[in-house]
Amino acid sequence: MLYFLIFISAIFVNNIVLSQFLGICPFLGVSKKIDTALGMGAAVTFVLVLATIVTYLLQMLLDSFGLGFLQTILFILVIATLVQMIEIILKKISPSLYQALGVFLPLITTNCCILGVAILVANGTNKLPEGLDHNLLTGTIFALATALGFAIALVLFAGLREQLRRNDVPKAMEGTPIALITAGILAMAFMGFSGVI
Amino acid sequence: MNNSSKTLLNGIFKENPTFALVLGMCPTLATTTSAINGMSMGLATMFVLICSNIVISLLKNLIPDKVRIPAFIVVIATFVTIVEMLMKAYTPAIYDVLGLFIPLIVVNCIVLGRAEAFAAKNSVGLSALDGIGMGLGFTLSLTVIGIIRELLGAGTCFGLNIIPDNYSMLLFVLAPGAFIVLGLLMGLFQKYVKK
Repeated sequence: MLYFLIFISAIFVNNIVLSQFLGICPFLGVSKKIDTALGMGAAVTFVLVLATIVTYLLQMLLDSFGLGFLQTILFILVIATLVQMIEIILKKISPSLYQALGVFLPLITTNCCILGVAILVANGTNKLPEGLDHNLLTGTIFALATALGFAIALVLFAGLREQLRRNDVPKAMEGTPIALITAGILAMAFMGFSGVI
Repeated sequence: MNNSSKTLLNGIFKENPTFALVLGMCPTLATTTSAINGMSMGLATMFVLICSNIVISLLKNLIPDKVRIPAFIVVIATFVTIVEMLMKAYTPAIYDVLGLFIPLIVVNCIVLGRAEAFAAKNSVGLSALDGIGMGLGFTLSLTVIGIIRELLGAGTCFGLNIIPDNYSMLLFVLAPGAFIVLGLLMGLFQKYVKK
């Protein structure tokens, strides 16, 4: 039951995009169509879970050698390598999945929600429901839940933007400004969940 | 106008990282809960931008073209780590507030973007000026957003009480306010500055 609470917390209450402000770039960049939003959401889920597991283990290694200050440099390099590797492996093993995710994979390296969640979990500062410890299992579940939260926010926002394009928007507000205000209203809706847990 | 002042001003107005290029949105939205937080984040990013621009411009002939992106990222990450350690030591209060967003300067698109688009092609002096200009532009926009959110949300400006009588509109300090203030400011920028 507590593990289920991680999902509720990370998807609705502390949504990574709408209340933690991580991963805003893809949120604004690839949210013009629902199809691409779904692809990006799936790619982020895949990479985020893998990256979190790898960086968590790496952090244990860094800590045992007293090299904690290398965290930022090492994590970003590992994530960049991991993304590249996933791309190569997917191409070989599952060409159809590669077709679906391919375009989005290189974009993920600069998605700050990957590095952000990796650092949060490795430092043990991610928000968990009371009664759960910070370990590899809860970290992995947290990463999965966060990624799902990202995907849901992205798809919802893409749906709104598809509708928005049919409306008459003042010239100065076209494009990013009106998208930001829409996101603000969406964030307001998500604020309604804040008392749930 | 000569070349160097043009480079300097470019980042502040014409290619303002936040309002014109729409880069680095995460720290822009997350750390502007108050004017002082926004300004600190802007200054930290500016430091990394200037240093990485200088070093990358010095190294541009030594780095093979194929591995330039990873090489740039390592240079940037080094300076980010330096900023992180300095802030932890000298400004622990601000470090605690900005928290996660300091290491995340590494993935701020402005830093890598300027390294790739400017520092890798221009002389050291111009790259440093570009770093200063872009950094100032970023700091300025973050401070402006911070001032507006702090004033509307808590009725203060840099901690000074402007609107008395226990005024507070929490919405502007929380997430939705960030999106709405930035959206409106960007609309104003498109109408009056960009044309």
